[in-house]
Amino acid sequence: MSGHSSYQPKTGIERWLDARLPIVRLMHDSAVSYPVPRNLNLLWTFGGILVFMLVAQIVTGVILAMHYTPNATMAFNSVEHIMRDVNFGWLLRYLHSNGASMFFVAVYIHIFRGLYYGSYKAPREVLWILGVIIFLLMMATAFMGYVLPWGQMSFWGATVITNLFSALPVIGETIVTFLWGGYSVDNPTLNRFFSLHFLLPFMIAGVVVLHIWALHHVGQNNPTGVEVKDVKKDTVPFTPYATIKDLFGMVCFMLVFAWFVFYQPNFMGHADNYIPANPASTPAHIVPEWYFLPFYAILRAIPDKLGGVIAMGGAIVILAFLPWIDTSKVKSMTYRPIARQFFWMFVLVCIGLGYLGAMPADEPYVTLSRILTVLYFGFFLALALIGIFERPAQLPTSIADSVLGGSGARLGHATASEPQAKG
Amino acid sequence: MAHATDTTGTEPTRRDFLMLTTGAFGAVGVGALVVPLVSQLAPDAQVVAAGAPIDLDLAPIAEGQAIKLFWRGKLIFVRNRTKKEIDEALAVDIATLRDPQTDQQRTKAGHEKYLVVYGSCTHLGCVPLGSSPGEPKGEFDGWFCPCHGSHYDSSGRIRKGPAPLNLPVPPYAFTADTKIKIG
Repeated sequence: MSGHSSYQPKTGIERWLDARLPIVRLMHDSAVSYPVPRNLNLLWTFGGILVFMLVAQIVTGVILAMHYTPNATMAFNSVEHIMRDVNFGWLLRYLHSNGASMFFVAVYIHIFRGLYYGSYKAPREVLWILGVIIFLLMMATAFMGYVLPWGQMSFWGATVITNLFSALPVIGETIVTFLWGGYSVDNPTLNRFFSLHFLLPFMIAGVVVLHIWALHHVGQNNPTGVEVKDVKKDTVPFTPYATIKDLFGMVCFMLVFAWFVFYQPNFMGHADNYIPANPASTPAHIVPEWYFLPFYAILRAIPDKLGGVIAMGGAIVILAFLPWIDTSKVKSMTYRPIARQFFWMFVLVCIGLGYLGAMPADEPYVTLSRILTVLYFGFFLALALIGIFERPAQLPTSIADSVLGGSGARLGHATASEPQAKG
Repeated sequence: MAHATDTTGTEPTRRDFLMLTTGAFGAVGVGALVVPLVSQLAPDAQVVAAGAPIDLDLAPIAEGQAIKLFWRGKLIFVRNRTKKEIDEALAVDIATLRDPQTDQQRTKAGHEKYLVVYGSCTHLGCVPLGSSPGEPKGEFDGWFCPCHGSHYDSSGRIRKGPAPLNLPVPPYAFTADTKIKIG
């Protein structure tokens, strides 16, 4: 996609470095001269926002680790110590805990963006799968981070989630004992979760590098889903165009983030987690953090333990197979009149599952969860079928045409169906 | 290198032998290294030592009352059942149970009034309610798990809800008429 490097070292020092380690050239080629489709909308700023959130979480997290004690008898108090005694500890902790939620807000928008505009289709399958891996790593990291304050929700959340593995036949119980390092969730569990919670963000950073590498190799998708045909006409340089737009998106996002941190810092948490962990008493309603609720609803919808675990895992893993499930060659839902309806239904189903995941395990919520679980998986079946008979709307001949009004010739073949010129 | 060209799939060379043995040694070495890396995840000696058997006196538990205690970090319910609860547990048709077990299999002969079970829901490990006065006991006079709505009967058997199995009975034995040793 990028073609020849346009980097011109100006000074002697730059030339000297460029001949030995072309790192400035790499930065220049990937963040300055890198061509981006000229029609990207604000939804494309979430990649940059996510990088910002990852860095913010690592910075605040490393600082919190300097004041936190990963011990079952001291963890809860050390978190209160951060909140009350450490200079700006309250701010750092609220940035980190709300940062986790905002990270998921951004990643869900990013994923739905990819779904709507078909960013998972050839040649971006590997890019998409790397994204699913990042999502899984994020979930593991967030889960273990939530255990660290060792409050009631921490403890019982850890108990419920680690017990999911006991559903596996034969080896399940052994795996759970090895996860716990004991016969129940206890101090050894807290210690290893702290260690892994510190490690995983750096693994995420590693996969993010691969994700961006894959992205820059195949080039960005865009709202039309039509590939870049003429780099001169269809693209603009990353700097200043995408840089400024990303910064604008980031600042808007930070406004929302700051509002939560300064005005509603506990809105996305649970009051029960300000009660120290008590292995003898389960809170009345165990609910995971909001970003796990849709999957939690799917888990509870299946009346069989192993089946529930498989359905929940399958709900995430199925995303990785999306490039081969969707049979349509047209990427953007903008040009897919039927699939588009299903997409918005899928969004509503996910929100509905999120709502049901927060409700107690009673009727009518259980039945509704079952219906929505069927609809969740039904969306993927629909994508497989719709592509066979759906007649897509006419695609613009190029990205430039779609934004600059196109050439006069375009009016001529209004009915000529050209589903996709390039895979 | 000279002799390697004309040995197309016939005699293994000395180089092949060296490659195989080196590879085999490497594989064994990596395998041996994995053992400590995985084994350290298991419960350590201190945790295991803290899991030694414990003695419990049942005499203070009044009829209809239940107590909670911890063994190996796991919650255990000990219940002194009423006549009504025992009768209900015995009256159940075993064939209708999800995890078929008779009440006799879950208690010790001669001590049927005492039920000893792990206080951890077999669904996802929450603590079922029903041991303390005023807590809901579910539809079968036993326990009710508030997390995902599993109902256990007065023998600790799963009767309704997502849990797959009965509340397990920990290993224990009567050392005297009202004394047990758990573990």
